[in-house]
Amino acid sequence: MFKYILKRLFISLLTILVLVTIVFILVRLMPGDPFSSDKLTPEIRLNLERYYGFDKPLIIQYITYIKNLLIGDFGYSMKYVNQSVNSIIADSFPYSFDLGMRGLSISISLGIVLGLIAALNRGKSLDYVSIIIAIIGTSVPDFIIGGLLQYFFGIKWGMFPVAQYKGLEYTVLPSIALGFYTLAMVSRLMRASMLEVVQQDYIKTAKSKGISKFRITYKHQIRNAIMPVVTVLGPTVASVLTGTFVIESIFAIPGMGKYYVQSVQNLDYTLILGMTVFYGAFLVIANMIVDILYGMIDPRIRIAGR
Amino acid sequence: MDKILEVKDLNFSFKTYGGIVKSVRGVSFDVNEGEIIGIVGESGCGKSVTAQCIVRLNPEPPGYFEGGSIKYKGKEITSMSDNEMRNIRGVEIGFIFQDPMTSLNPTMKVGKQIEELFVQRKIYSKQQLKEKAINILKLVGISDAERRYKQYPHELSGGMKQRVMIAIALVGNPSVIIADEPTTSLDVTIEAQILDLLKDLQKKLKTSVILITHDLGVIAKMCDRVLVMYGGKIVEKGLVDDIFYNTKHPYTSGLLCSIASLETSKEEELQPIEGTPPDLFSPPIGCPFAARCEYAMDICYKAMPPEYTITNEHATLCWLEHEFANHVVFPCKRILKEEA
Repeated sequence: MFKYILKRLFISLLTILVLVTIVFILVRLMPGDPFSSDKLTPEIRLNLERYYGFDKPLIIQYITYIKNLLIGDFGYSMKYVNQSVNSIIADSFPYSFDLGMRGLSISISLGIVLGLIAALNRGKSLDYVSIIIAIIGTSVPDFIIGGLLQYFFGIKWGMFPVAQYKGLEYTVLPSIALGFYTLAMVSRLMRASMLEVVQQDYIKTAKSKGISKFRITYKHQIRNAIMPVVTVLGPTVASVLTGTFVIESIFAIPGMGKYYVQSVQNLDYTLILGMTVFYGAFLVIANMIVDILYGMIDPRIRIAGR
Repeated sequence: MDKILEVKDLNFSFKTYGGIVKSVRGVSFDVNEGEIIGIVGESGCGKSVTAQCIVRLNPEPPGYFEGGSIKYKGKEITSMSDNEMRNIRGVEIGFIFQDPMTSLNPTMKVGKQIEELFVQRKIYSKQQLKEKAINILKLVGISDAERRYKQYPHELSGGMKQRVMIAIALVGNPSVIIADEPTTSLDVTIEAQILDLLKDLQKKLKTSVILITHDLGVIAKMCDRVLVMYGGKIVEKGLVDDIFYNTKHPYTSGLLCSIASLETSKEEELQPIEGTPPDLFSPPIGCPFAARCEYAMDICYKAMPPEYTITNEHATLCWLEHEFANHVVFPCKRILKEEA
């Protein structure tokens, strides 16, 4: 197992390196540069370019960047004056992470439960309720859900604050808005997977032993049914935790999402790269955790991984 | 010998989108204490459904009992509640499934799957349970039982998995074991081992066995009595010798003809039964086999033949036994007994 994790770690680092290289080239290919939107005198512009090392050949810039990256230095933002990318991430990520964790824990747990209920009541009214929730969750965009939540719970009924992020009651609406899609997706997946597992031969074997329906469901069905859900969780977790621009802007939360989108608009090279690497690393780690979880749930994968 | 299981005029159907499938149509048979009874027939003839009716393992719905009764030790099974059924399954009637590869839960240790039968009955302590599981693993011929106890199904070979399945069926010490094609998915050498094991255990434990198969060779080797099923009906039943040497139904004869034996020369062609089984969405009014039967008469298409009793044990569902019908001598009387 340890060897397996080590191997995965190595592959992950390689993945991130490839990611950095591609993004590094792509941002430079975009028309314009970080300073083209500001009206600067040629002297200042030249100074700035020298300051950020644009006067050197691209390959040298790349090597410098990688060198800095190795010691964990993402460099300075080119738009937010005097702010390092590290500090921007350090300031904004906790908000995104906190919000994301809340959203995820609600949506994953409720999603699984909802999927279970739907599968166990297949074709009955509870099943249809879950289908309706799932359809709303997957088809209505999050900014509409966010807006509706703000209008009803925030303004009309005054139950929760409409925006900002300053305490527990502030987290409720954005967490729901953020997690709704995941909830819908997880519940659908869980339902389908439960219904598939129920037709497996080993469920019949379990039945032939004269054990109770409840035990069959929780000992034989759920553990086998949860695999597909775990599979999609990796990428989902990474994307939800690193912040979403839309939800964060609607609820005025100072998370990472805003910086990510604006960095691209501003062509803030270092910030784009830094955020992408951070996001990429997160994705890779989340996937790795999922793979380890996999092995814990399904013994067949444990062996194959050794 | 006492009758342990009595099935009378059993009818079981499935509601599907395409209509109602009448899978089992008026099946009657008894199982005596300590005997091995074989059910033989091709795919879709209703043999598995019949077997699963006995422990109510058919999904209900879409399946449902249309009529008839199943009595286990005098108690009616078709009207039992879920809880009553749970006291029958495993401890009174054990079930061995067709495909050991998919019939064990891949995420549960082998030992736990064997013990599970008792977990909710709370008769034994944890230590006793483990001993019991290991003993049964030894009984079904698994070496190194302590190690196997802790392994997952994917760490075992196919034959070993089937042994585990047998262990699961046996561990509750049932009076009847239903084995639904227990060797179909195993290779031939393992098949022989598993069948020998089954027969040994049956003798040792004096259980009754209902053995479902489509292999007449297995029947010859294992069984005391045979039911031949076709189109949801038992078309012929009798002692093994009756079926092999005094065949009274053209379908049974067809089955016997279609077996290759060691004496079959390379030039000799096997004789398959032409045609396909009847559509059970709308089964024919007459004999289900009539359309494929080379001896079919007018009456065969128009009316269901009654059961003709040949001897005490031997009976057939065929108009050829009627006093006005021509006497037919079937071509195939394979000497399977010696071969097996």
